[in-house]
Amino acid sequence: MATKIQESDAHLDDYVSSLGGISRRDFMKFCAGITATMGLPASVSWQIAEAATSPQRPPVIWLSAQECTGCTESLLRSTHPTVEQLILDAISLDYHETLCAGAGHQAEAYKNHSMEQNKGKYLLVVDGSIPVKDGGIYCKVAGKTILDHLKEAAEGAAAIIAIGSCAAWGGIPSSGPNPTGATAVHKILTDKTIVNIPGCPPNPYNFLATVLHFLAFGRLPELDAKNRPKFAYNRLIHENCERRPHFDAGRFAITFGDEGHRKGWCLYKLGCKGPETYANCPAILFGDVGAGAWPVGTGHPCFGCTEEGVGFTKGVHELADLKTVTPPITYPGIAEDSGQGVSTGAAALAAGVAGVAIGAGAVFASRLGKHSDDADEEEQQD
Amino acid sequence: MALNRRDFLKLSAAGVGGALCTGNAQAVQREPKEMPPEAVGMLYDSTLCIGCKACVAACKAANGMPPEQTGETDIMWDTPIELSGKTLNVIKVYRDETVPASAQDTLVKDQEQGGYAFMKRHCLHCVDPSCVSACPVSAMTKDPLTGIVEHHKERCIGCRYCVYGCPFGVPKYEYNEAFGQIQKCQFCSHLQAKGEIPACCDVCPTGASLFGKVSDLQVEAERRLAKQPGETYVFARGILGGDRPPHEARIPAYRKELYGDKELGGTQIIYLAGVPFDKLGLPTDVPDYGYPTLSEGIQHMLYKWMLAPAVLLGGLAYVVHRNTRNSHESEKQSGSDSSSEGGES
Amino acid sequence: MSEHAPLGGKLFTKPFLFFAVLFMIALAFLATRFIFGLGSVTNLSDGYPWGIWIVIDVMVGTAFGCAGYAVALLVYILNKGEYHPLVRSAVLAGLFGYGLAGLAVMIDLGRYWQFYTLLWPGFIQVNSVMLEVAWCVMAYIAVLAVEFAPVLLERFGFKNLQQKLSRVMFLIIAVGILLPTMHQSSLGTMAVVAGYQISDLWQTQLLPPLFLISALLMGYAIVPFESILASMGLRRPLETDLLARLTGVTLVVTLFYLVLRFGDLLWRGALGLAFAGDLDSFMFWIENILFVIPILLLAKRSNRNHPRLIFISAVSLLLAGSIYRINTYIVGYHPFAGAEWHYFPSVGEMMVTIGIFSFEVMLYLLFVKTLPVLHRA
Repeated sequence: MATKIQESDAHLDDYVSSLGGISRRDFMKFCAGITATMGLPASVSWQIAEAATSPQRPPVIWLSAQECTGCTESLLRSTHPTVEQLILDAISLDYHETLCAGAGHQAEAYKNHSMEQNKGKYLLVVDGSIPVKDGGIYCKVAGKTILDHLKEAAEGAAAIIAIGSCAAWGGIPSSGPNPTGATAVHKILTDKTIVNIPGCPPNPYNFLATVLHFLAFGRLPELDAKNRPKFAYNRLIHENCERRPHFDAGRFAITFGDEGHRKGWCLYKLGCKGPETYANCPAILFGDVGAGAWPVGTGHPCFGCTEEGVGFTKGVHELADLKTVTPPITYPGIAEDSGQGVSTGAAALAAGVAGVAIGAGAVFASRLGKHSDDADEEEQQD
Repeated sequence: MALNRRDFLKLSAAGVGGALCTGNAQAVQREPKEMPPEAVGMLYDSTLCIGCKACVAACKAANGMPPEQTGETDIMWDTPIELSGKTLNVIKVYRDETVPASAQDTLVKDQEQGGYAFMKRHCLHCVDPSCVSACPVSAMTKDPLTGIVEHHKERCIGCRYCVYGCPFGVPKYEYNEAFGQIQKCQFCSHLQAKGEIPACCDVCPTGASLFGKVSDLQVEAERRLAKQPGETYVFARGILGGDRPPHEARIPAYRKELYGDKELGGTQIIYLAGVPFDKLGLPTDVPDYGYPTLSEGIQHMLYKWMLAPAVLLGGLAYVVHRNTRNSHESEKQSGSDSSSEGGES
Repeated sequence: MSEHAPLGGKLFTKPFLFFAVLFMIALAFLATRFIFGLGSVTNLSDGYPWGIWIVIDVMVGTAFGCAGYAVALLVYILNKGEYHPLVRSAVLAGLFGYGLAGLAVMIDLGRYWQFYTLLWPGFIQVNSVMLEVAWCVMAYIAVLAVEFAPVLLERFGFKNLQQKLSRVMFLIIAVGILLPTMHQSSLGTMAVVAGYQISDLWQTQLLPPLFLISALLMGYAIVPFESILASMGLRRPLETDLLARLTGVTLVVTLFYLVLRFGDLLWRGALGLAFAGDLDSFMFWIENILFVIPILLLAKRSNRNHPRLIFISAVSLLLAGSIYRINTYIVGYHPFAGAEWHYFPSVGEMMVTIGIFSFEVMLYLLFVKTLPVLHRA
């Protein structure tokens, strides 16, 4: 173990010196942060660091379908690592329409080359929903529908990540009337495991952590029933929200800017979807600017961007259905057991009294019998 | 002259009343009471309730009630399981017991089979309240205008007849106080006097507890029942017809009936739900008149203007006087002067 | 001289001291109740706000106290003067039964210090059955006291006053018959407002006549019970002849009660519940079999001279009437709303009830030994 750490130490030193500007300390902080995001033990940071500095950087193909580039924009604003660290050092971003060095045929050619070269090894990331109506003609790149691009790229991919709500469950394009037949990636590639990282935009660290988990361990992180990484999506916002005490105490903001709103009360009445939305927003926040930097923290109700059937589907002011009450274990039943039944002492006393009464009565009655017999005798004698 | 046994039985039968003579067990009844003209009430829509218990917390704050800890002692917050001397309002849950504990998260809201539903317990402010009829000292009163059933502890003798008689199990006594009192929901009459609405309706985030005039609330309930499940509907919050922002939601699968319009003579709290009302702890096998019509029916028949007792007393006095006079005379004849109430044997 | 005389003899006998100890235990529990509240001693809950203090001490206790009422009916209304020797001890039993019931009420009342509101014209609620019961019981205690007054007056030699009193006594006696008729029936009416919460085996609008007649029966039963007990305990001859005739009256009234009871059950179609096999039906049959036993035992006229059979019948009737009251108010009471309620009296509750009955026995011994209560032997 010690030698292994020493080896990776030496290896890291090389890496750090090649980085130029970034200190070893900063780099290890990044690795530790990613490890923490996934809820893994601190010792794993080394593995993460190794994966991030492996000389054989894993190739990544990034397809953009019907999207707004919000996912990429949010990724660009991550600070640990910065996107240049990611694409220059951690991964080999072989194709990304926004970030490609090349353009046009050159870019397409490189993508095809990479896919052939790294068949079975590359990571496929998709953002945006896939239009399927009319043969998918509503989104084309290089003369080919994105549907075909997707199917082609999925063939040789080691893993596929659908980033953003559009790719994960359809997002804005899929909410009515949906003229293009916008569809989630997992509904098209039904035979493959697709990791969904929903959100609009998704938190970049959930994406980075998933990628680095894959690189470090060679497998995907644990997923929930909707194929979302559990480390990020198994917590209900409502249960981790800093405004929760106000909900419990019945203190609600009723309109924007009213007293309750200014005092930071619960936003449920304004339509906050925290009670039915699963994401780690209250824990890891957005934009690395410190406390409160997430929608509810700034006073806007969560609108459920990560949650299919909630974000872009329910009205912003429509009330959330509470998930916390299923299973409803913390509520008293309609008819709980109450009052005091028979205790041992009480039963003993009652039985004792009854016994004494019956005994006394019996003795008495028998004496009475004698008495009356005597009387009868007396009568006879008379 | 002695009455024979037959006459005696007739006499006692007359004294006890026509109930015996008519042979009709439910025949003796007074007129049911009418809903007060300005009756205020609440529409509790179980399907809208999210179980946040904001109403429970607000109720405690508005009425100055202490927290109540039940069960395990390490539970550090207010956990009432039933109305009590410390709790005037409590949220309960109906749960399909056939679903095993391991599959609790599959329960569907407002569904009887494989589901669960919330229920809010507090005073229903009956149109013909048993507690008011039972109370000997007018400590329970029904406001002639608003219909709110209120308790006045300064009159109460603590007999707990209201607790015994209430068909909904609402009034509660403080058994663990040396000088306890009856506690019950007064529909926040102290807030209503200031022009506010009851605290539970005030804080309810979904309008599950909706304050308003009973007549309006009944119309609103019928309107909801008339809609198709899945239709969007604008649900008022706090007070029906107020200026509070409402919210839009889909009409749930209601049981096509409302509770409280006729049960036990009607209540000023109306219930809508997605599961049968008896599952929510509301008595459903009840007549559509209040029980006071029966008990007061008997009382009024026997004691109207105290006429029957007066007549009976007259008769009794006459008979007793005659019977004892006979014995007095016999005493005088026999020269005895010490016997008190007579006796001829 | 009077036909009644004090028994005399030592007061602090062993039985007397035994009952005194029981009474002291009850006093300790009562102190706890008044310092820490009802919940510290009783098992009362919001589901069962009335326990044995109300149902046994008050409802059963006053029914026991109907001896005075029952015998007064016989003597003064039916003009059966031959029962007159029983009047004084019956009135005394009534005074104890009612006086101690009044005491039990004060113990059980949650806000006893506001008891005066029952008499406050601005507060009384005339539709309340309980108000009527309260007034009647209070008035009847006063009436019983006046009815018993000749005993004291005779003992302490106020002849003049005694004679004056005897002139208006007919009115007092009439009131003394009217009041129990009113409140013993109303003790039944009190359950009517509980409605569906009381099982249909007991809940009926005929509760008032049923309660009245069963109270009368218990009154008739307490007379031979007490008379035989006193004869044996205090070594006095039995008044067998008198009791035999009284038994005849009791039997007819019991029969009438049972016809009314079962007729009502059949008419309402509730008799099926008696075969449900639950606690309710079990208690129902115990109650009614106890009502039937005296009829079976004493149907034969020759049996009515048998003190043992009279005694067993009396005990049976007393138990029947008591269980009828307990069934109506506790066993058959199933508070539906709110919780799955349970009730069984606590040790403290039972000890207080036992203590009150012990107090009654002590007072009885005190009275018969020092006052002219019992008929001269």
